[in-house]
Amino acid sequence: MPPGPRQLGGERVGSALEAALPGSVVESHPEWVVVSPGRLVEALGWLRDSEEFDAAQLSNLCAVDYHSYFEVIYHLQSLDLNHQIVLKARTTSREDVAVPSACSVYRGALLQEREAYDLMGVRFDGHPDLRRLFLWEGYPGHPLRKDFLQVEGHHPGLPRFPFEEPGVQSR
Amino acid sequence: MSELAMDAGGSPADGAPAAGEPYILNIGPQHPSTHGVFRLRVSMDGERIVDMDMIVGYLHRSMEKLAEERTYTQNIPFTDRADYLAAMSGNLGLCLAAERLAGVEVPERASVLRVIFAELQRIASHAMGNGTLVSDAGAWQTPLLYMFRERERILDLFEMTCGARLTTNYMRIGGVAFDPPPEFFPMLESLVDDLPSRVDEYVELLAENEIFLARTRGVGVIPAADAINGSLTGPQLRGSGVPWDLRKAEPYSGYERYDFEIPVGSAGDVYDRFMVRMEEVRQSTRIIRQALDALPPGPHKTEVPLALRPEPGEVYGRVEGPRGEVGFYLVADGGPAPYRFHLRAPSLINLSLLRSLAVGASLPDAVVTLGSLDIVVGEIDR
Repeated sequence: MPPGPRQLGGERVGSALEAALPGSVVESHPEWVVVSPGRLVEALGWLRDSEEFDAAQLSNLCAVDYHSYFEVIYHLQSLDLNHQIVLKARTTSREDVAVPSACSVYRGALLQEREAYDLMGVRFDGHPDLRRLFLWEGYPGHPLRKDFLQVEGHHPGLPRFPFEEPGVQSR
Repeated sequence: MSELAMDAGGSPADGAPAAGEPYILNIGPQHPSTHGVFRLRVSMDGERIVDMDMIVGYLHRSMEKLAEERTYTQNIPFTDRADYLAAMSGNLGLCLAAERLAGVEVPERASVLRVIFAELQRIASHAMGNGTLVSDAGAWQTPLLYMFRERERILDLFEMTCGARLTTNYMRIGGVAFDPPPEFFPMLESLVDDLPSRVDEYVELLAENEIFLARTRGVGVIPAADAINGSLTGPQLRGSGVPWDLRKAEPYSGYERYDFEIPVGSAGDVYDRFMVRMEEVRQSTRIIRQALDALPPGPHKTEVPLALRPEPGEVYGRVEGPRGEVGFYLVADGGPAPYRFHLRAPSLINLSLLRSLAVGASLPDAVVTLGSLDIVVGEIDR
């Protein structure tokens, strides 16, 4: 996958982050930087305030279930310098799914973190008002998790399109 | 009230709360000023709002989960039903993201048609957004129905092209589903000719109306720094004076070729957000006129496999919808369906600051502020 049209390379962001906050970067990928959850708020605050990166806005926050761990993705946007930075935080297991809340840095995370908590079951420690957003309190489970209501023998996802034949073109 | 009841902390005999004690008011889920099935639970002290909680989810259809069991093309109808007032923008966002993921090229004619339909959708959506805002401010229904004249003509154009007025399902990965019929173009030309004078009419009717000014000037003020930090996008951000528009910042579908301006407000109040939308209708008209001149002949679609299987990877594709940044975060695992499908809903994220805007305001001001944030509940709940 080529990075987005105005996306900063993960290596550049990662090396700058590592120089400013030693030990915060777990992995630098051409498209994104993985940050250790313990240093996440620090890293977001540094990127927001740094003149080089100026990540003024958290444009998107969402979580993905990768079976053995969860990933929370932060799409940061600089409005003045017009570039995008992709930051990720990974949990270590499925049992204790928690990352620190970005609300102290970006108020735009308030509802997005509540949504991720509701549907994916990621706990955002330090969120001022972490409640379910769409579903009601007491709803069993978190629907976007891959093991939600998983029936024996049925695997979520679509392994094969029902009418898929080689060479069939759409009309 | 008896002294005994007073000692026990009871309420006065007539049922009114004691002075200073907040009472709870529920606005919605069914209420004209919430623009959908959306509930506000407001603690009031007289006319002042002490605290506010929004309760959403009445329209939650679990789109993101359902999308994981459908192919990329089968997911396009979900984007119609997320922001049902701007189906074309949702279609465009998903198609661009999926095209980037799969490396699909789009023919030139399809790109220009996409721009025409996305801008028509913006005009229709702004007519609805501003019309309901004016209704909230007290001009009950009349300006809304005036603005519906243009929206009606746009929906007629959608209907003759793709058969649907609201849930268009028009764009496809690799282009658009149909070429517009020949009678489409004269009707569009006459609409584009009429629009500027109609916008002048609405501005004349409302922008200097004393009641409208009293209800909107200095109400719901969002400073630029708060708007940026609160992830606001679209006219809600531009109303605060931040000239941020993805059509300029990260041009897609050839927007860099069109000459248009980004209207911005200065005070960041309800009035500015209203005027930004009005001005955007003018700018969209300019874009459509240029796109009509630039529309090349040729195919309107490239052939892509029925079950597109992008290489494993992830993409965040976004477009400037009428309500702000419509983003699609797609994760592909090599199968025909996305592993993860996340829709960044501007309607939801633009509400991040609603509580701080409402607390301390009076109830009528909060209603107008909510109206100016131009929410679509289908997109909030998904």
